[in-house]
Amino acid sequence: MDFAALNEHLGGVLKSESFRDNTRLIVPAAQLDDLMSHLKHHLGFDMLSDVTCCDYLEYPGATDRYGVIYVVVNTRTRERLVVKTFVNDPSPTLPSMYRHWKTADWTEREVYDLFGIHFTGHPNLQRILCPPEFESHALRKDYPLKGRGERHNFPVITRAES
Amino acid sequence: MPVVASSLHPATSRNAAGGPASSHAEAANSEYLWTLNFGPQHPATHTTLRLVLTLDGEKVVRAEPDIGYLHSGFEKLGESLDFNQYVTIVDRMNYISPLANEIAWHHTVEKLLGIEITPRCTYLRTILAELMRLHDHLLCVGAVALDLGAFTAFLYFFQQRELIYDIVEYASGQRFHTSYTRVGGVLFDVNNLWADKVRSFAKNLPKIHSEVDRLLTKNRIFVDRVKGVGVLSREDAINMGCTGPIARASGVVRDLRKDEPYLAYADLDFKIAASKNGDCYARYLVRMQEMLESIKIINQAIENIPSGPVNVELEGKSVLPSKPAVYRSIEGLIHHFEMIMPNRGFKVPVEELYACTESPNGELGFYIVADGEPRAYRARCRPPSFIHFATFQHLMPGYMLSDVPAILGSLNIIAAELDR
Repeated sequence: MDFAALNEHLGGVLKSESFRDNTRLIVPAAQLDDLMSHLKHHLGFDMLSDVTCCDYLEYPGATDRYGVIYVVVNTRTRERLVVKTFVNDPSPTLPSMYRHWKTADWTEREVYDLFGIHFTGHPNLQRILCPPEFESHALRKDYPLKGRGERHNFPVITRAES
Repeated sequence: MPVVASSLHPATSRNAAGGPASSHAEAANSEYLWTLNFGPQHPATHTTLRLVLTLDGEKVVRAEPDIGYLHSGFEKLGESLDFNQYVTIVDRMNYISPLANEIAWHHTVEKLLGIEITPRCTYLRTILAELMRLHDHLLCVGAVALDLGAFTAFLYFFQQRELIYDIVEYASGQRFHTSYTRVGGVLFDVNNLWADKVRSFAKNLPKIHSEVDRLLTKNRIFVDRVKGVGVLSREDAINMGCTGPIARASGVVRDLRKDEPYLAYADLDFKIAASKNGDCYARYLVRMQEMLESIKIINQAIENIPSGPVNVELEGKSVLPSKPAVYRSIEGLIHHFEMIMPNRGFKVPVEELYACTESPNGELGFYIVADGEPRAYRARCRPPSFIHFATFQHLMPGYMLSDVPAILGSLNIIAAELDR
């Protein structure tokens, strides 16, 4: 992958990092869709392997709160790339990658469920692991490990109501 | 799979993402469609999966998987347990091939810490990883056959699984959730008796394999139930992120053991099993073929296993010392203390990385964010089952209710891996 040409295409907003054998591209949230669309349609990254997120609340030297991480793979050249972007409170929002890769369907729902990041353009943005009544986002750093007692308040469904 | 509950009411308005557009429109206009809840069952039986099927007679119009029953918060726990403790959690993410998860986890941690494991350990882990691939495929093929009514194949293969349990127990002291790997090595070294057990297992398995092959591969009832059912095209397989046997059955010849070699795979001779049809039968054939390749790998690795230490040497200060060293020498005791006490332990870079291995189901990756503490700041697991189960709602529409077990079985869904 030609980083210089890609960076020029996006107007010089990309940053590149490397650690062990991971190549990371760091992109502002506004250019994410442009970058991903270019990666998919011009550079042959046809597989979205994973979408995940990290809450950098107490991370040393962090300036932004949520880092959303995309792992893309070029199945022909076997190249693997990590794309990272940052969003912040109060309303962390990103464009959905569903229109490029269908893998984004469940992976983005999971990020929405556990971190509360909204993906605009997602066809079915609902909670996937936690029940719909659950209001918190469990993998945020300010959510306690033992929970806030939500499970004790679950409504009891009787056999007659079910 | 038995049907747990059924109800006679119009299709709910909950929208399934994807599926052919025609079936959506059809579903919206049709008041006469049935909604059928397929599962969930008791956790000790198959898995806790719930499928909301919308039926037109016996034809499935829409299938919506509903997950989250087991959600155990494993990724949250990863933020409070150190790299060695967390191995007890990752093996519970996959109750079919636990050691494969442990190997993937410590592979990632060692890459993060920059630890190079010893040659003996790479071979040992390779053998264990391949035993786990057999372990997984034996159950998967057996369970598909069982769900479609062929009980004998399941019994034959399950008995072979028991032998793998014995081998793993002999190495680690545990039959199932072994917690066998450690940062920089494994818990105990293995001996010649263990190698003999592996050799005799690898020698006998092909006989059972060929019996089951004769029982199923050309069996008209079995073939009719799986051939042409649940077809996943090559484009869809890539677009939906499928990996492992499911992708290879659709013609995506991708195997991390060849593409991004890790452990000892670069030294060993084996082929990638692949097919083009992308149906349940192709997935069955790929798994059967892959088992033979795994036996080949085990045979080569067990003969060429290098001697020497199995754990990284003490200077690295990253591996727990052996118990005799802790009890009989002051250096060992200090080292143990330094490793165990809070605020001590490994030197961890403030960095993050993604690394993955080819687990029996496909690409099993971990994304670790480290903040300098000896535990992960964020431990993300990229589970293959989770990605594969999302394809179910695209595969199912248009097939019959009786095709559900075939398609579900061929995807080899593991509920603990879905919810983590």
